[in-house]
Amino acid sequence: MSILLSTQHLTMQFGGVVAVDDLNINIPKGEITALIGPNGAGKTTAFNVITGGYQPTNGRVIFDGAVIAENCPRSKMKRIYNGSYTEPFRHTVVNKSDVITRLGMARTFQNIRLFKDLTVFENVLIAKHCHIKAGLFAATFRLNRGEERAMSQDALSLLERVGLLESRNEKASSLPYGKQRRLEIARALATGPRLLLLDEPAAGMNPKETDELSQFIVDIKDSFGLTVFLIEHHMNLVMDISDSIYVLDYGKTIAYGTPAEVQNNERVIQAYLGVDEA
Amino acid sequence: MSMTTILQHCLTGISLGGAYALIAIGYTLVYGILRLINFAHGDIFMMAGYFMIFSLASFPWPVAILITLVVTTVMGIAIERVAYKPLREAPRMSIMISAIGVSYLLQNLSTYLFTAIPRGYPEIPFLKRIFRVGELSASFVTVLTPVLTIILVMILMALINRTKTGMAMRAVSKDFETAKLMGININGIVSVTFAIGSLLAAVGSILYFTDRMSVTPFSGTLPGLKCFVAAVFGGIGNIPGAVVGGFFIGIVETLLVALGYSTFSDAFTFLLLIVMLLVRPTGLFGEKSVEKV
Amino acid sequence: MKKTIKKSTIYSLAAAALFLVFLYWLDANRLSQGMLISVLQKGAILALVATSMNLLNGFTGLFSLGQAGFMSIGAYTTAILIIPVRSLDGVYYMNGVHPAIMNLRLLMANSPPFLQSVYPFIALLLGGALAALIALLVGLAVLRLKSDYLAIATLGLSEIVRAIFSSPQFDQITNGSYGLNKIPNFPPMLFGLIPSLITPFIITGVSVAFIVLLINSSYGRAFKAIREDEIAAEAMGISLYKHKEMSFVISSFFSAVAGGMLAMYMRSIEAKTFSITLTYDILLIVVIGGIGSVTGSVVSAFLVTAAKEWWLRFFDQPLSLFGFQVPLFRTGFRMVIFSVLLMVVVLIYRRGLFGTNEFSWAGLIKRLRLKRPAKKEVE
Repeated sequence: MSILLSTQHLTMQFGGVVAVDDLNINIPKGEITALIGPNGAGKTTAFNVITGGYQPTNGRVIFDGAVIAENCPRSKMKRIYNGSYTEPFRHTVVNKSDVITRLGMARTFQNIRLFKDLTVFENVLIAKHCHIKAGLFAATFRLNRGEERAMSQDALSLLERVGLLESRNEKASSLPYGKQRRLEIARALATGPRLLLLDEPAAGMNPKETDELSQFIVDIKDSFGLTVFLIEHHMNLVMDISDSIYVLDYGKTIAYGTPAEVQNNERVIQAYLGVDEA
Repeated sequence: MSMTTILQHCLTGISLGGAYALIAIGYTLVYGILRLINFAHGDIFMMAGYFMIFSLASFPWPVAILITLVVTTVMGIAIERVAYKPLREAPRMSIMISAIGVSYLLQNLSTYLFTAIPRGYPEIPFLKRIFRVGELSASFVTVLTPVLTIILVMILMALINRTKTGMAMRAVSKDFETAKLMGININGIVSVTFAIGSLLAAVGSILYFTDRMSVTPFSGTLPGLKCFVAAVFGGIGNIPGAVVGGFFIGIVETLLVALGYSTFSDAFTFLLLIVMLLVRPTGLFGEKSVEKV
Repeated sequence: MKKTIKKSTIYSLAAAALFLVFLYWLDANRLSQGMLISVLQKGAILALVATSMNLLNGFTGLFSLGQAGFMSIGAYTTAILIIPVRSLDGVYYMNGVHPAIMNLRLLMANSPPFLQSVYPFIALLLGGALAALIALLVGLAVLRLKSDYLAIATLGLSEIVRAIFSSPQFDQITNGSYGLNKIPNFPPMLFGLIPSLITPFIITGVSVAFIVLLINSSYGRAFKAIREDEIAAEAMGISLYKHKEMSFVISSFFSAVAGGMLAMYMRSIEAKTFSITLTYDILLIVVIGGIGSVTGSVVSAFLVTAAKEWWLRFFDQPLSLFGFQVPLFRTGFRMVIFSVLLMVVVLIYRRGLFGTNEFSWAGLIKRLRLKRPAKKEVE
């Protein structure tokens, strides 16, 4: 099975704090991989590094065979570097998150970040902008009617797919919470990704909504031919749909395996329930 | 240029810098707490100039100075209460526009009340006494300004680092929301901040205008902006930084004027700002902050 | 759906035609309608600057205070290129004209008459292009800055431009602190078919239409996304840098075109004309109209100009009623009223006249219909 995304010795250090330490993950094409761990384990930071929000301190991110981020500790960071992997990389590759999105990687946010004052339809339509072919003047003078029409149609069919077609003219901020989560996923899908990163998609949902979401994630994965990488605290969801799971604690990977393997891992249980000191 | 001339200019520059430093502290304090560029601060400084002119017309100078300080302070607090407090929860652009609106209002109000014709700033005799050291000559105010600035800053630093109010101010500037949850009286702290800022601006105003001799409704605009630059240069939110920035800009500006580039002295300040923001956005002594995604 | 679109287009065309007829009427009566013409022309010029400022502040979320600076670039470029050659020596009587400018102007004066009639428009475009170029270069640096820092940096930029224009080192180009005068009025268009009086309205109309089309295009939507949430916009594949730069350059271009028109309108300019106060005046128009509404900016530009230069003039005159001298009424009172008005809008009617809404015929008809039943009850 081919690997779509992998990280090599990925390390992210803020000041003296190592938030992500020597992270090595491989995400196979067409599977659902989960990243779990207690609060503050560095999951969202790992997401931010992978999607170009932060520049890693050390290590490398490879997406579909190409290096999209690489760095090594420099100047002041060289002195205070505290990561476990000390063999530094040589090159620096920087890609901002918009470039990475256009390469085919889209994400959602832990604390929903919709374009609040715009309509549901506009939210999705904007995400289609990143692949626009027409230039500024062509678009202004409406010389790209065909392209514009295709964009709207795609956006509408996406909204239909996620069950938000009825609310297309409502303000994004007026949607109920669960629908906002769905809209965020629809918006991410509109960028035409191969890899979808979901940051706690079930946060704040009740068990019934969580079950529906599990089904929804599997559905869109199959119908759009996606690979999914997700952070989640709802263990039911994670255990249900993931093909494999990485467990993070204090920035370090403490376990990897299938849901069954991870569930029975001694260190994972310790990390979640605490260690009996006595 | 002879050594004496250079020294003479430096002395003038240090004096101007002291006044700038006092105004810059007002910007830095307010920005530290509300994350607001108080565009009206320069106009508060200008109004203090007019207060001095009118109070000195009817009172002896010690009383006049006291009146100026009190009235300016009250005005600073009132402006915050009326124009900024209702916008605490509004987007940052609104509160900035409100600050510009206050600046606009103060300028137009003072044009209306005092006309746009420059008014002579009264002489306070003891401030104008001339000292001579060798070939250097300076009025008392030139020497007093930097000394007074340093003393006031030391008092302010003690206030912020040693008192309970100071601790609350530091807490609010670190994290507005959490400070509120911890039961700190936010409105009280903001008022104290504006009071200190305006008081120092009033002191700065007396020192600045004594050397410049006249006030117009627009004399606050440019010094105000320059002092904001000084605050950014030193690292916004950082008091010693603002002082260093104020002195630096004062001295460089005076030297540029002395060299015959007076039209560029204002431009220099802004060029400094842009370069500083690009090279080191946090200023000389500012702390780095990372935005959370 | 299609029918309403058609209807509204017809309404708009009719309204535009009506306005044009009105302008021709004004042109025929220009001697008796001096005040109205002057207010409308200035209103049109400010409408363009306000719209271009709104493109940045209201639609892209970039709080920029550099308008006056870009306007001055347009104004000076236009003025230098159109002051009649025979007047040049008189205008630059203190320091003389730079030989390069003189040669260029002589070359222009000797070109065929057809070219001569379009020079003023080329001058406006060149002013815009120069401002756009400067915005492009400066944008590389300042657009990385966060909201309030950007505000102060653009304000600083505007002051730097002003200092350069008024400095003695550039005396032979900008005439330093003396400024430029003897600038010709607006040129006629289409071989005199459109009289010079109407020219600023045409230029503003075309420019504002361009900005509206841009805002409603895919790029305009990307601007709005940046305004709403930069991080989310970037995560959706929108290059922040590229789109901010586009918005900044286009806004600066139109500010400069408006600046050029202002030079033609005022007939004489100096660096002081383009101080921070001018930017504040424009910000006031944008805020009163509604940040994020082009209609608001345009309507507010005309209203504010009319109120300031015409309707509220009486505040500045001493007023006696029934033999009593009413206090407060004297020079400067008008501007105080205006500042108070601005503060009221900022603090209480935060959305301004239009909020983020745009004018539409459907909306107008709906409003009229809503009012009708109420009238019937009274009857």
